Amino acid sequence: MAVLVNAESKVVFQGITGAQGTFFADQAMAYGTRVVAGVTPGKGGTRHLHVPVFDRMAEAVEATGADVAAVFVPPAQAAQAMLDAIHARVPLVVCVTEGIPVLDMVRVKRALEDSDTRLIGPNSVGIIVPGACKVGVMPGHIHSRGRVGVISRSGTLTYEVVAQTTHAGLGQSTVIGIGADPVHGLGFVDCLELLLDDPETEGIVLVGEIGGDEEEAAAAYLAKVRPSKPVVGVVAGLTAPPGRRMGHAGAIIAGGVGDAAGKVAALRDAGVIVPESPARVGAAMARAL
Amino acid sequence: MNIHEYQAKSLLGGYGVPVPEGAVAYTPQEAQRVAERLGGSGFAVKAQILAGARGPAGGVRLVTTPADVRECAAALLGSALETRQTGGLAAPVSRVYVERAVNPDREMYLGAVVDRTRGRVAILASGEGGSRIEEDQSRAPVERVHVDPDQGLTSEQAEALAARMGLAGEQAAAAMRTMTGVHDAFMDLDASLIELNPLVVTRGGDLLALDAKMSFDDNALFRQKRIADLRDAEDPGALERARHGYNYIKLDGNIGCMVNGAGLAMATMDMIRHEGGRPANFLDIPPAATREQITAAFRTVLGDPDVAVGLVNIVGGGITRCDVVADALAAAVRAGGRALPLVARFEGTNRDIARNALRDRRIDFEACDSLGQAVARAVAAAGGAR
Repeated sequence: MAVLVNAESKVVFQGITGAQGTFFADQAMAYGTRVVAGVTPGKGGTRHLHVPVFDRMAEAVEATGADVAAVFVPPAQAAQAMLDAIHARVPLVVCVTEGIPVLDMVRVKRALEDSDTRLIGPNSVGIIVPGACKVGVMPGHIHSRGRVGVISRSGTLTYEVVAQTTHAGLGQSTVIGIGADPVHGLGFVDCLELLLDDPETEGIVLVGEIGGDEEEAAAAYLAKVRPSKPVVGVVAGLTAPPGRRMGHAGAIIAGGVGDAAGKVAALRDAGVIVPESPARVGAAMARAL
Repeated sequence: MNIHEYQAKSLLGGYGVPVPEGAVAYTPQEAQRVAERLGGSGFAVKAQILAGARGPAGGVRLVTTPADVRECAAALLGSALETRQTGGLAAPVSRVYVERAVNPDREMYLGAVVDRTRGRVAILASGEGGSRIEEDQSRAPVERVHVDPDQGLTSEQAEALAARMGLAGEQAAAAMRTMTGVHDAFMDLDASLIELNPLVVTRGGDLLALDAKMSFDDNALFRQKRIADLRDAEDPGALERARHGYNYIKLDGNIGCMVNGAGLAMATMDMIRHEGGRPANFLDIPPAATREQITAAFRTVLGDPDVAVGLVNIVGGGITRCDVVADALAAAVRAGGRALPLVARFEGTNRDIARNALRDRRIDFEACDSLGQAVARAVAAAGGAR
């Protein structure tokens, strides 16, 4: 099983002819991901990394039956690439691009509302089902197929947690990087729903950090559903210094949530195991299972 | 990126937001001349810093004559202002804004921000304004509407906000024009925050934004040349980031942290604290950093005289390779000249190559296999828990 992608997923790399697109498409292929095509506007009709390149996502979908779009497009054009994939009705779009203007993401999010497309990211490490499908920038070799689902807002801290669960002999069913940008696609709660429903996933690790209210929302959801699977959490930024800020609107809209201690408390109240040290996530999950 | 009040007022004035007459001054003499040109018998002298809550901290003063303006400006210029929003540090005042003082009849609040939970721009309004707006929410709740990007701010939404501000008739119409101006400026200029606090009704019945704050989305500056040119050397970190391609924040401990990725960097700091140690800095090396940028970042960390031990925690992956980071570390250590204990933990892409490269270059370091071990060793080397 696993969620969102599997060994049969057909992936199109948008921006495949760029340096990043080439590098990560090549790595994905080497990992065994079925990369069926690329999209780069203006380069339609050519081939790159032995797959056909199209101008538009709709053409790539029609020719290959692709069901996953991987967006490796620079920030200025990334929103357009996501909209192209949404218009082509691709079921899953994974965007790793960092640095997309937030108002571009507001427009993408609006387009998602009228579609059946699900978005992972942006500014995400992507998604991996170990041994089956890798759509992202994560190092494949630290993963091993197994029992733990990982949902993360972070990048390298995700790898840390993955490595711990690998070393603990647990392995991962699916690892999803929801991305570090304020406006993004799937959230913690969406991914929790998917992984709680997945028979291969026996436990879930949530990797959060300061800012926003995703952790609080996840805690509220878990408090409501009281899952039988153990959930282990880590929240980075307990000791982060308070930043300068401008004005009040950000704090008013956040309604007093966002600091790490509050997130940890909310998660613990909801039954989530939050170890004292982020180095003990793997051990905590091993014990819980 | 943040800009000063006088810059925000100038930009918003261009979108039809009513602002008092005024001008910026860098010297007391200049401030006096601005007051003389404005005329009248009341002036506001306002310290220009990139944070809010200036009023309660003494950064906004009301006086009656141009000579008073000069005196006030002399006191503020060159001083440093600490407010509830400066994050525990004082912000230097290098310029003041002088404007005609206004007698407000009522103070209100108008703001715009991206609501990350909803993924939309939210416009906020309240019938009360001032620097205690957050705390006062139980008494004067802030009304908010979320703008559909396909439709823009609708007249129904603007009417609802004006009603919450307690306005009717021509004043409500003026408030709705102001909201439209704020919304349009937000969208056109890739703002991340606009705040008019207070927005007042004057004794004469006119609407006027007495204060204005604007912040912008750093990710959009590439298409906002006019805004990018306003970047201020006082904006902490912003210039550093732009110049070097990494995030560095000095802290008060003695363990120099060299970590890739903000989440892992924060987690590493949390663990140091948990073990009883104190981080000397926050440093996040982004994946796109070049070898030269990483070297510069490491030199900054190791060059900090407070640092007693360097802790390297690198998880390679994506386009980040441990061996490239190790090269940069070796170069920084060679250039630094000061012999510091180093604890290094590499994981992920080219981990072993990195370790061997450091050994080949005779860099003295303690290699650790796990994050927990590395932090424990660094805390011990820095003098143990305290």
